[in-house]
Amino acid sequence: MAISYRQAFLTILKRDLTIAIRHRDDIVNPLLFFIIVVSLFPLGIGPASNTLMKIAPGVIWVAALLSTLLSLERLFKNDHQDGSLEQMLLSPCPTFILVLAKIFAHWLITGLPLIIIAPLLGVLLNLHQDSYLALMLTLLLGTPILSLLGAIGVALTVGLKKGGVLLSLLVLPLYIPVLIFATSAVDSASMNMPYNGQLAIIAALFFGSLTLAPFAVSSALKVSTN
Amino acid sequence: MWKWLHPYANPEVSYHFSGKLIPWFNVISALLLITGLFFALAYSPSDYQQGESVRIFYLHVPAAMLSMGIYLGMAIAALSALVWQLKLAEASISALAPIGAVFTAIALFTGAAWGKPMWGTWWIWDARLTSELILLFLYLGVIALQNAFEDKALAGKAASVLALVGVVNLPIIHYSVEWWNTLHQGATISKFEKPSMSTDMLIPFVICFFGFAFMVASLFCYRFKAEILARNSMRPWVKAIANKQGAK
Repeated sequence: MAISYRQAFLTILKRDLTIAIRHRDDIVNPLLFFIIVVSLFPLGIGPASNTLMKIAPGVIWVAALLSTLLSLERLFKNDHQDGSLEQMLLSPCPTFILVLAKIFAHWLITGLPLIIIAPLLGVLLNLHQDSYLALMLTLLLGTPILSLLGAIGVALTVGLKKGGVLLSLLVLPLYIPVLIFATSAVDSASMNMPYNGQLAIIAALFFGSLTLAPFAVSSALKVSTN
Repeated sequence: MWKWLHPYANPEVSYHFSGKLIPWFNVISALLLITGLFFALAYSPSDYQQGESVRIFYLHVPAAMLSMGIYLGMAIAALSALVWQLKLAEASISALAPIGAVFTAIALFTGAAWGKPMWGTWWIWDARLTSELILLFLYLGVIALQNAFEDKALAGKAASVLALVGVVNLPIIHYSVEWWNTLHQGATISKFEKPSMSTDMLIPFVICFFGFAFMVASLFCYRFKAEILARNSMRPWVKAIANKQGAK
């Protein structure tokens, strides 16, 4: 019995969300990590509000990168171990759809809470008043890119025993462009300058990775599952 | 064309062919580098602004250009490995990656050494420097991923996927000096209209560049041969070579 692409997408999405809700620490731990990393900076650098205002966008974004990295492993690891990943790859539905659904679920679980909590951390770091909108917009466009690009790295390392450290080596260089444009957008906003240029580039990165990354993930999964 | 290329898909033929190329590449690269570096370091005029320290240019720019060129070659090999399932293309990726990483490192170090007298600082987070640093990380990622797999065939496929993904960085490096106006000086060579440097500096540079390029080619042949041997170690022709070497 063939099912439509939309149905397959929704099934996988629902399945992944259900699994995540059953294992609540998968959602909470990266978020806690994000909050802790951000709160380490005022302790390490000193609580002077001017300094904090200057470093706030960068700190929030770097912490977002790291917490995404922490949560990436669960994207394919458990499914690979219990064999359900191979079943999904064997199903007649194109891998592109399945991969896209899993990545979207990952973003809903890890990216969205991060965006919701970010303004609070902005207050803690004394973020400039005009930057909040820019921060939210860059996170909204940027965190899906993190999930999409990260999925390539996870798919490549999922078959390996010690993939964790390797994963950061593979994925972080790919994250750098997003980080650069996002922080520069937030900085421009704090100086009351237009930041639609940087936002447009992040949007371009988003659509580029949305269309291309699932192909890379599919072929990487085929390599990893042999 | 395909008929002509076809025999080289055989590892044994490629092994012997690249073995035959090595002495040629060595001689050409040695000749070019000796003449090129002699003219570059002794004869070419010093720059009116930068003085003698401009001479590091003859090492820095070829290394930087080759670091990108090698990555491009690696990405093309990756594409053909993924699309046409060529085993030798996978071997050539693992042969190219360390060479590219070393050239990227050379470009970064010579850039730092040039930056100190010119800009007064070893390192600046300028767009081109940063993207070149990312290129180094990408090379290291490909090498690390390749070493992480037990199975050489899987390693080759995984590395090809990563090499292809990383290729988006190349245009960023190339256009970074035009997109962001930072400390790094604009392109002087790759302009098609008219290179913005005098001929007595351009000619030694071109000679140096091709010298380094042939050096890369020869290094590649050495590593490629070793890769072919490692991947085909159970084949009779490899055993025959090993026996012949052992009998000597």
